[in-house]
Amino acid sequence: MNAPRTELDTASGEPLHPAAQEVLRAAYEQGYADPRRLHRPGRHARLMLDNARAATAEALGVRPDEVSFTGSGTEAVHRGLLGLVHGSSRGHRVVHSAVEHSAVRHAAAWAGDPVEVRCDEWGRVHDGDLVQEGIGPGVAVAALQTANHEVGTLQDVGDFRMPNDIPLFTDACASMGRLPLPSGWTVAAGSAHKWGGPAGVGVMLVRKGARWRNPFPGDDRVDERVAGFENVPAALAAAAALQAVVDERDEVNARQHALVERIRAAVAQIPDAEVVGDPERRLPHLVTFSFLYVDGEALVHALDRHGFGVASGSACAASTLEPSAVLSAMRVLTHGNVRLSLGRTTTAEEVDRFLAVLPGVVADLRAEVGL
Amino acid sequence: MSADLELDCRGMRCPMPVIELARRIGEVPVGGTVAVVATDVAARVDVPAWCRMREQDYVGEQVADDGTPVHVVRRRT
Repeated sequence: MNAPRTELDTASGEPLHPAAQEVLRAAYEQGYADPRRLHRPGRHARLMLDNARAATAEALGVRPDEVSFTGSGTEAVHRGLLGLVHGSSRGHRVVHSAVEHSAVRHAAAWAGDPVEVRCDEWGRVHDGDLVQEGIGPGVAVAALQTANHEVGTLQDVGDFRMPNDIPLFTDACASMGRLPLPSGWTVAAGSAHKWGGPAGVGVMLVRKGARWRNPFPGDDRVDERVAGFENVPAALAAAAALQAVVDERDEVNARQHALVERIRAAVAQIPDAEVVGDPERRLPHLVTFSFLYVDGEALVHALDRHGFGVASGSACAASTLEPSAVLSAMRVLTHGNVRLSLGRTTTAEEVDRFLAVLPGVVADLRAEVGL
Repeated sequence: MSADLELDCRGMRCPMPVIELARRIGEVPVGGTVAVVATDVAARVDVPAWCRMREQDYVGEQVADDGTPVHVVRRRT
């Protein structure tokens, strides 16, 4: 089948933003050197790294000395969260929402005795629940995502008032660049490949004056919060993509929000379908839904044959063979699940083509099991 | 409590336990119960979700003699 391809899984990865492509190529030529060296190539690399930090800070509305580049979004989460644990005098326990990304959950488990806070059916955490658990003994930090990576629901991070000055860590990987950062956090994490930057670049933001201590071995590099030889070209390209995404987000977000609204309405018309997550207060580009009696893995393959790349949170489509922890916590259907995430160039025509194909694909898969 | 119909879905992967439930709930009268015995961990979420979507009553989770979770559903319509 030679169907035109439409990739609707940008939350997993998307092509490098055009604004970053030339920057990355040029930076690989000129930014290869060790930014700590005093010779000319070293000074070039250092200048590029400083520029990347300054541009990232400006795009995010934070101070340059609050920005650290890590090797991934996951590393930014691990370092950011565990550094707050390490800097706490109260204990090592992380209180986190039930819908956090696995990077947060793994780091919280590594710190020991994590406490999980429930969410409602839209995946929203209510501040009373987080605050109540935050009062418990040994709590070092509370973790609440800015937006959910699977269902798009936004959390009211800035409205949470944690007791006893417990710092709030926010995993902003799903929203960074697309939406302004919330207030109220002490440490935040982002991931460049989720905003159209290169893979292998994470951003850790540590508020000035935060009680954050490096939880891992130190290094004698440019930025004492991280370790290892800096990926200067990728950091600069990530910053260029971030600036471009921030500049164009008013237009892109409005377009994507409307397209997702169209998808939500159309999918809800398919029998025995459930569209999940907050319908309004959500990421502009992402939507998740599930179909009764449909195998998620088969659905992904069938849509791929029709030319559509989508993700699924169903157990059969996961490497762990466990259903999505997010969908489970929301108590919504986990099988027959599809997550769509639109790109900055996704058109209404592409969405309409997807919506024209989807009901037949679902009906065919149900017919195979006699339902 | 013994259900009116027990579905042995041990070893079945999602969405098969829910498909079995949908296929066979008509075998019990309205008000009758179906017990879905399922090793698949997704059934714990998906059986209650099915009940909500198909307007049936989710009674709750029990445990079979061999420790397998049992999800009990009451036919409402």
